[in-house]
Amino acid sequence: MNDFQHSQQEISRFRRRALLAGFGALALFSLLFARFFYLQVVLHEYYSTRAESNRISLVPIVPNRGNITDRNGVVLARNYSAFTLEITPSKTNGLEATINALAEIIDIQPKDRRRFKKQLEESKSFESIPIRVRLTDEEVARFAARRYQFPGVEINARLFRQYPEGALAAHAIGYISRINKDDEAWIAQKSDEDKLAHTTNYKGTEHIGKIGVERFYEFELHGGAGYEQLEVDKVGRAVRVLTQTLSTPGKNLTLTLDSNLQRMAEAAFGERRGSMVALDPNDGSVLALVSNPAFDPNLFVDGIRFDDWEDLNHNPDKPMLNRAINSAYAPGSTFKPLMALAALTQGKRDTHYTIADPGYFNFGGRRFMDDKVGGHGSVDMLKSIIVSCNTYYYNLANDLGIDAIARFMAQLGLGSRTGIDIPGESVGVLPSPEWKARYFTKREQQKWFPGETISVGIGQGYNNYTPLQMAHALANILNYGRVFPPHLVSHITDPGTGEIKRVATEPVRQIPLKTEHVDFIKQAMAGVNKQGTGARAFAGAPYESGGKTGTAQVIGQRNTAHLKNVRLRDNSWFIAFAPVDKPQIVVAVLVENGGFGAASAAPIARQVFDYYLLGKASTSPAPEGIASADEGNTEDEEEGGHDHALTD
Amino acid sequence: MRSRIRHWRTEMVAHLDMPLLVIVLLLMGMGLITVYSATSSSGLSRLDNQMVNMAVAFVIMLAVAQTAPQKLMRFAFPIYLIGLALLIGVAGFGVVVNGSRRWLSLGFIRIQPSEIMKIAMPLMLAWYFHKNESLINLKHFAIATVILLLPIGLILKQPDLGTSLLVGAAGFFVIFFAGLPWKIMLGLTAAGGAALPFVWNMLHDYQRRRILTLIDPTSDPLGAGYHIIQSTIAIGSGGPFGKGWLNGTQTHLDFIPEKHTDFIFAVLSEEWGLLGNGILLALFLCLVGRGLMIAAAAPTLFSRLLAASISLVLFIYAFVNMGMVSGILPVVGVPLPFISYGGTALVTLMIGVGILMSIHTHRMLVKK
Repeated sequence: MNDFQHSQQEISRFRRRALLAGFGALALFSLLFARFFYLQVVLHEYYSTRAESNRISLVPIVPNRGNITDRNGVVLARNYSAFTLEITPSKTNGLEATINALAEIIDIQPKDRRRFKKQLEESKSFESIPIRVRLTDEEVARFAARRYQFPGVEINARLFRQYPEGALAAHAIGYISRINKDDEAWIAQKSDEDKLAHTTNYKGTEHIGKIGVERFYEFELHGGAGYEQLEVDKVGRAVRVLTQTLSTPGKNLTLTLDSNLQRMAEAAFGERRGSMVALDPNDGSVLALVSNPAFDPNLFVDGIRFDDWEDLNHNPDKPMLNRAINSAYAPGSTFKPLMALAALTQGKRDTHYTIADPGYFNFGGRRFMDDKVGGHGSVDMLKSIIVSCNTYYYNLANDLGIDAIARFMAQLGLGSRTGIDIPGESVGVLPSPEWKARYFTKREQQKWFPGETISVGIGQGYNNYTPLQMAHALANILNYGRVFPPHLVSHITDPGTGEIKRVATEPVRQIPLKTEHVDFIKQAMAGVNKQGTGARAFAGAPYESGGKTGTAQVIGQRNTAHLKNVRLRDNSWFIAFAPVDKPQIVVAVLVENGGFGAASAAPIARQVFDYYLLGKASTSPAPEGIASADEGNTEDEEEGGHDHALTD
Repeated sequence: MRSRIRHWRTEMVAHLDMPLLVIVLLLMGMGLITVYSATSSSGLSRLDNQMVNMAVAFVIMLAVAQTAPQKLMRFAFPIYLIGLALLIGVAGFGVVVNGSRRWLSLGFIRIQPSEIMKIAMPLMLAWYFHKNESLINLKHFAIATVILLLPIGLILKQPDLGTSLLVGAAGFFVIFFAGLPWKIMLGLTAAGGAALPFVWNMLHDYQRRRILTLIDPTSDPLGAGYHIIQSTIAIGSGGPFGKGWLNGTQTHLDFIPEKHTDFIFAVLSEEWGLLGNGILLALFLCLVGRGLMIAAAAPTLFSRLLAASISLVLFIYAFVNMGMVSGILPVVGVPLPFISYGGTALVTLMIGVGILMSIHTHRMLVKK
């Protein structure tokens, strides 16, 4: 009985607990169900997105880069298709073994392996990476016959950049090369300004413009990337293509540059270092932009070889330096017409004002020398330009004062960037008391001395301008003060729509100049080419031209003793325009260490004018080289601002 | 001869419990469909293996169902002893796989003695309480606790958190249904809470990491948290009605880890959605409910305790697995009963189901 009772008690307790356990299980399952409901109904959309982004990979389709042609349609930069041997690492049976086996049938150099390894680190395993570029037809055939032995290896046609004219106008065109960290930062920064520049647009892009037009118009040339949506598995293997959005090709650039003129001008420089900028004064078009020596931009496209880079970088002639826009030189006597115009404009001189030149100018206890011993006699403004009389300008500079000079030259565009459409432009040095106070840190150096104004008057002293600035300033004068920013690109063509966008050719500002003053300066410069220092170079030219020679001291290089003989020679300048009544071309020529401007720089301008205006090679004597410039010392050369008082 | 076969067949059918049979067959059916989806991309061999596993497990279940509970009771102590001995053997000469010493090599076959304990433990404890039926007191609960903790300690040491949890649950449920006083349970819970920091110190690094990444899976998205993140994405992206059979992207693009074994629930969930999950939960609930009904109707203490324990262990199995795959419980390596690929666990489960059937179909004989 007791046992039975006990048993009954035990059974009912058991059943109570079983019921409790049953409800417990129900409760916990309800909790699970609530969890499932939360994940699958409440958060369904969120997790769907997560699942989609898991499985879908966006692979960019790189757009074709736009071509660059000169004003006559000559191709300066284009893409060409070449076969590349590419490996998709995730599809191979052992990457190292695959490459070694490939090396037996196709020439694979250690540098190819290095480049492959570098790219491998930067990409995902399902992207195909080139191990060899530009396969020969024979190599393509050899591989095709054995391709079944190489899973994950394929031959693809890829586009490569090519500069068919080689080094021609290299500094203007620039080049493209692999995108580096700085470029990425630049793209990110530009993303805020330009929709096309968005970093995502560059996801698949390997190359970017580094300098020149290739850089300045990078986002026009690049185009818009397309995308392929791929379904990928956990390890990133592509399973299938879901959708495809085609890329928009980059825009084509047509330059204002005339490649024939450019070629001819480069040839005129020969081995000499220097620069020439030729502008169409009527709209600011750059007709030629020479910086000699130059480089072959094709070297950079695939990543420049180490040796080539060393050669370019350690060459004392600095082929990578764009002398036309990034190297500033004292303008020497080419500054004189500008000074004369400043005096006329500011009413400090009329054209008849005459000085008696004794051959020197005394100021503050110093004697500033003229080039011609004994002086030029009686000199008015016209004669001062034609014979390049220093004394006239010492005197004028003193009367104008440095502030007035600086103000006027700044209006002409000196001391600031011209706004040309390639990056890297230098502002040069437009000397003024403010500039000196800003530039020097020591208090005793910050003060402006009146004697310094005198040197500035003849284009010496602190004056430093790029050849582009000088050509631009002259063009601004010839335009009676209308300022067109120089530009290399004439128009941008969308290859898809055929839409053409012209680079603005409207003047951006007006310098207050009087017509009669400008006409006087034109006539004076015409006189230089008729009877002055430019006469010999322009003898027999069937058009009327104006010019001004200049010979400027090289100050900064006194210490390079081992180069003494050549590199300490004066820089040779020539600025010119033609025809005089309706100018079509303006040039600024600079020959580094060329000696006298008349002998070295002027003949280059002559050749360029002949070619541009007459459409034929020059009829003048061959330009005189450095050797002939030596003789200049003995000739009656009315040039040069050898102001030893200043440079001591 | 023919009549003997007929008799044998009638006997066979007589010891089947139809509700249990239907539930288990439905679960195994869902299992096959899901294993197919999880493995078909690499051929059908896994599916074939699983069908063989199911057939073998089913036959074993039939055999167990024929065996009367009184006979099972006789095996309780010896099986427990053998299991304990083997566990000690594992600790001494076990084979290390994946950093855990779980297997014992007998030359031709490798066995996992902890798996035996899943059945041996409730058998042993149910037998122990049954033997002392009318005079159960605290001393017996104490001894039962020792019987429980000995093998669990050995399994924890291997280390195998999942199995020790299941064996522990099996033993605990027997003690609970044997009438462990609530006061003691509350006291032990409080003591356990206090001991938590010490337990934490005893856990292996990987076990701690599992618990930590459970709390915040995103803290280690490429390592330990990866499994949970990917399975949660699979479940969530399945939505109310699922992506459809064989259409689970997480499954077929290999984002789900262990997708045919411990994480198979994510596959099912992704392809069949909340609807599929609801059906699965309902089936498990029916299974547990039927088991508890069998327990409540069982005539002896031994069969009551055994049936209740087995039923609740099935529940724990399912709950822990789904809980871990959906990210509310730590990843402890427990398969989803009847669904996950693998023979060993399935055989153990079907032995459990067989015991339930045996208890239910032999109850009248005892009464007689």
